[in-house]
Order: sequence, then structure tokens, then C-alpha cells
Amino acid sequence: MKIIVCLKQVPKNDSILRINEQGNWIQDRDLTYEINESDQYGLEAALQLKEKHGGEVIALSLGPARAQSVIKEALARGADRGLHIEDAAFDSLDAFGAASVIAAAAKAEGFDLLLTGLQSDDHGYAQTGVIAAELLGTPHATIVMDVQSEDGKLKVKRELESGYFQWVSFPAPAVLTIQSGINTLRYATLKGIMAAKKKEIKKLDAAAIGLSADELAPKTQIRKIYVPQKSKQTQFIEGSASEIAAKLMDKLKNEARVF
Amino acid sequence: MILVFIEHVDGKVNKASYEAVRAAQLISGATGQAISAVIFGSGVGAAAGEIAAKKLGAVYTVENDALKSYTADGYSAAFKQVIEQLQPELVLMTHTYEVRDFAPKLAASLRRALVGDCIAHKVEGGELVLTRQVFQGKMAADVVPVGDKPHFVSFQIGSFRGDECEAGQAEVKALTVNLAGIRQQPEERFKEAKAAVDLTAAPLIVSVGRGIKEQKNIEIVKKLADAMGAELSASRPICDNEWLPMDRQIGSSGQTVAPKMYLAVGISGAIQHLVGMKGARTIVAINKDKEAPIFEIADYGIVGDLFEIVPALTAEAEKLKQ
Ligand SMILES: Cc1cc2nc3c(=O)[nH]c(=O)nc-3n(C[C@H](O)[C@H](O)[C@H](O)COP(=O)(O)OP(=O)(O)OC[C@H]3O[C@@H](n4cnc5c(N)ncnc54)[C@H](O)[C@@H]3O)c2cc1C
Repeated sequence: MKIIVCLKQVPKNDSILRINEQGNWIQDRDLTYEINESDQYGLEAALQLKEKHGGEVIALSLGPARAQSVIKEALARGADRGLHIEDAAFDSLDAFGAASVIAAAAKAEGFDLLLTGLQSDDHGYAQTGVIAAELLGTPHATIVMDVQSEDGKLKVKRELESGYFQWVSFPAPAVLTIQSGINTLRYATLKGIMAAKKKEIKKLDAAAIGLSADELAPKTQIRKIYVPQKSKQTQFIEGSASEIAAKLMDKLKNEARVF
Repeated sequence: MILVFIEHVDGKVNKASYEAVRAAQLISGATGQAISAVIFGSGVGAAAGEIAAKKLGAVYTVENDALKSYTADGYSAAFKQVIEQLQPELVLMTHTYEVRDFAPKLAASLRRALVGDCIAHKVEGGELVLTRQVFQGKMAADVVPVGDKPHFVSFQIGSFRGDECEAGQAEVKALTVNLAGIRQQPEERFKEAKAAVDLTAAPLIVSVGRGIKEQKNIEIVKKLADAMGAELSASRPICDNEWLPMDRQIGSSGQTVAPKMYLAVGISGAIQHLVGMKGARTIVAINKDKEAPIFEIADYGIVGDLFEIVPALTAEAEKLKQ
């Protein structure tokens, strides 16, 4: 089974975010980054499928130079080789643009399974994998919690709302968007880190991807970003830990009357 | 025209779809656009009738055996044909799991914009501007769809009051579509084994999130829960890591609770968590990040290190018990 897994580099979950000068995104100076959470579960799903069925896991990241570290991390965890798509022309793609670039790279590479996380922790579009499937002409399933494969047929468990699940079958090649918690993540071992140094990371630029500016024209545009307004009056309780504890318990008892 | 997508399971309308109807009514109030709704399936007459009792121009039913169960291929192919027939300018949906599954495919097949998971809107000079959360609610973004219409927009569940839809009497009309080559074969929906703990009845809940850092630290929060006589629950990452069992998870893919008090410890307040607990009467949040979205809905907030605050609270709760 040939599996391409898409890994997006996002600011670390507890980053302090500062808005950029144009006011339409954050400043990317001084940030530390990590692999988008659900993408990590996609990588683990890919590695487990390879262990079961054989084949190859290719870690793909679309992003600036720093995104290489995401691919290196995936190689250290067990992916076989990397694809790094990097070009200034791809710096501010929307979901459709990113999906178009990923689909073009995946098509050239060929695959049985293309995996993405179910959404990114920064933009949170929840669209990229599904759009890529449409552009590639393959079936897809979203919010996947289990993947089984037999004779070119896939059977996946989709998470639905209110605690429901559903098994859905379709032929490969296909695109799946993976939900966090589908498996238990592994971490890179020292041996894995050493082995990763010998693994290939292929670079693809805009010329290699071969899409026209027209095909990448944004379909959505961010006007501005800002810190959300609060809808509730929060009473902030201050002091030393023991003062806070005493004040809060008093308020819960005598003001909110919860005990 | 604004076209609203109505979701259902076996002919039972998903209540969240009324929120999209309400959004359409509000947008129409500013733009003067007509509103229609569309429902896909097999045997959806009664559901269409229910929707037709709202103030809408028309409700279109699209009946086809191939639409009996939801599939991404079936719904996007059928919806595409409906759009070709009706030529809407705007398609509104609620951002449910089903919409997440097919809407990006549908919009992409038409090469049109989809602005997904929006929480608010405004109409400025005739232009629809949407607000959506980025960075898991830490920031908000104002976004516009660009390019040819129709534009597709989905709203996060809870962004509009479905129960505030204006009543009316819409005409129900049938549309036909041709479907072939649906690749997904869905099985019956099912629930995993019943939850061993029912948190919905608990009057007091103390809930732990990823701020706890390590499995062994869960004990610190459990002690507080015990001292307060509260049930212990968690955010999804805690259950994903198997630090606590799945049936203690609160949120859109866990339990929905409305206790007298919900105390969130080291939980950032992502929307998927908030939908499971925002009905609590009193919400307390302990978080080291004063910008954490959980404070947007907290009655009492403590900005600080949970490893200092929680033991102090436990001691205080124990004093109170005596
Ligand atoms: C389709 C879908 C369904 C989902 N369903 C659910 C669901 O049902 N339930 C759910 O919870 N999530 C769900 N999620 C995940 C959700 O989006 C968030 O990722 C998750 O809720 C985050 O959990 P958290 O707040 O514990 O972790 P984080 O977001 O990592 O937050 C940790 C918080 O701890 C704080 N912190 C860290 N250290 C300390 C310290 N020493 N003292 C005090 N505070 C500290 C940080 O400031 C931060 O705010 C779902 C997501 C998707 C896409």
C-alpha cells in the first residue's frame, strides 16, 4: 500500500499570538511550531497500515523552509521518504489552493491512500482533504476513526455526532481525513532519528507542481483577524493561591450557591 | 436566491438545520433575497412539510432511492444538479459532520468558494462578510468569499437561534436528479457500548484538560473533584491519550452536560468542548493563559498555574466539608 500523509506545520498550541501589520494574519516571527494534531494521528495511521499491509509511507508537507522539520520528524517516526512543497507563490493559499497543490503532487506521485488530518489547528478550514479528493477524482471519507483494507477495498469507521459511528466502504485509491484519537501516537526513537538522516526529502516548487496562477486564485479572503469579544462578564479572582482558593469557594457557596 | 440545506436522518429533520434557515432569514432581511430550502432523500415529504411551516419561498424535495442513506458522492452529485436548476447566489448550511463531509467536495466541483464553520455575519454595502474562528477560537477572522456565485457558507452549530425562525407557509416542490456511480457504501449508524458513567445527572463537575501535561497529574484534579463531591470529566485529548476513559469526555463527540457548576482545569475552550458544557449554570475556569477562549464563557476566572491553584482549592474544599 502506497500512502501519502499530509502534515501541516502549525504554531505550537500554547503560542502567544500577535497580529501582523496588515492585520490579516499573525506574525510568524518568534513562534515555535509543531505538527498539526490530527495530522499526527494520520501519520500514525499510515505507519500502522504499512506495518500490516506492507508498502510505503510518504510524508508530504506544503509550507516554507521551516516545514522541513515536520517531514524530518515523520521520517524519524518511520515514514520512508518526504515530499516538501515549497515556493513563495504558495505562501498564502486558501483551502482550495492548498488542496490543488497537494492534489497535483499526489497525482504525480501516485498513491493508494492520501491521508490528512480532519482540520488544522490554525485556519481550521476542514476542507483541504475533501477538496483534494474531488480534484483527484477519488472517493473520500471524513472524521475517520478506523481504517481497514482488503483487496483494494477500504472500510472506514466514521465518527458521527451524538456518539454515533458508521462504517463506510469504497474502493482505493481514496482520501481519508483522520480524527485525533484514532490510535496511540508513537514518538521518534534515537534509532529512528539516526535512520531518518539517510532518508530522501524531495523538493517540489511551483514549476514542478505546474498549476497556473488562475487555478490557485483564492476563493476566500481574510479581511482582518482580531481577538474575539467576550460575551460574558467574567469575575477574575486574584491573589495568592490560598487567597484565590478561599475567595472562589466563598463565591461558589454564597454568590453562585452551588453548594 | 438563498438556498438552505436541510439535513435529516431517516426523514427526521436535524434541529441544527433550523439555524441555517434562521441565518437565511436574517441575511435576506438585509439583502432582500428570496429564500428556498432543499432536502435530499427518499421519503422526505413529511420533513419537507415541517420545514415549509417556516417563512420561506419554497421547499424543494429531491427524492431518489440512491439518496436513501447519506453518501458524500450522492449528496454532492444531487446538490450540484439542484444548483444548476435553481441558480442560487448563496447556499447556507449548518456546519455538521455531514456538511463537513460533502460541502467542500460540492463547492470544489463547481470551483466556488466555501466559507466554512462561521459564527457570525454582517452585510456591508450588499456584501456578505463572515466571521470564523481561527487558532481554535483564540482569534476571530472576518472573511469574504470571492469569485463567481453561488457562494457556500456553513455556520457553526449554535450561531443562530433555530427556535427564532419566522413562521410562514412555503410551497413544496419536487426536483429530480440523475445519480449513478456512488462509490461509498454506508452501513447502519451505531453507538458504541453504553457509557458506564452518566455525567448528565451530576450537579457538580470538575473537568481536566491538556494543561495537566501528564497522566500521573490527573490525580491532583481527581482529589479536587472528590473534595468538592464532584464528578471528574475531561476534554478530548485526555481521553484520546487514554488517561481517562472515553465516557468521561465532554463535548461534541462526548457527553453534553448542564450541571450547577462546571470547573474547567487547563482546558482552552475549543468550540467542540464548549458545546458540551456551556449550559452549566456556573462556569469556573483555571488557565494560565488569560486569552484562553474558555474565559469567554466563564463566570469566575482564575489566571494562573493549575499546579498551584488546584491543591489550594482542594485544601479549601476539605475545610468547607468539615
Ligand atoms: C470534529 C471534532 C470533534 C471534537 N470533539 C471534542 C469533544 O467532544 N470534546 C473536546 O474536549 N474536544 C473535542 N475536540 C477537540 C477540540 O477541538 C480541542 O482540540 C480540545 O478540546 C482541546 O482540549 P484542551 O482544552 O484540553 O487542550 P488544549 O487546547 O491544549 O488546552 C490546554 C490548556 O491548558 C492551559 N494550561 C497549560 N498548562 C497550564 C497550567 N500549568 N496551569 C493552567 N493552565 C494551563 C493552556 O493555556 C491551554 O489553554 C473535537 C475536535 C473536532 C475537530
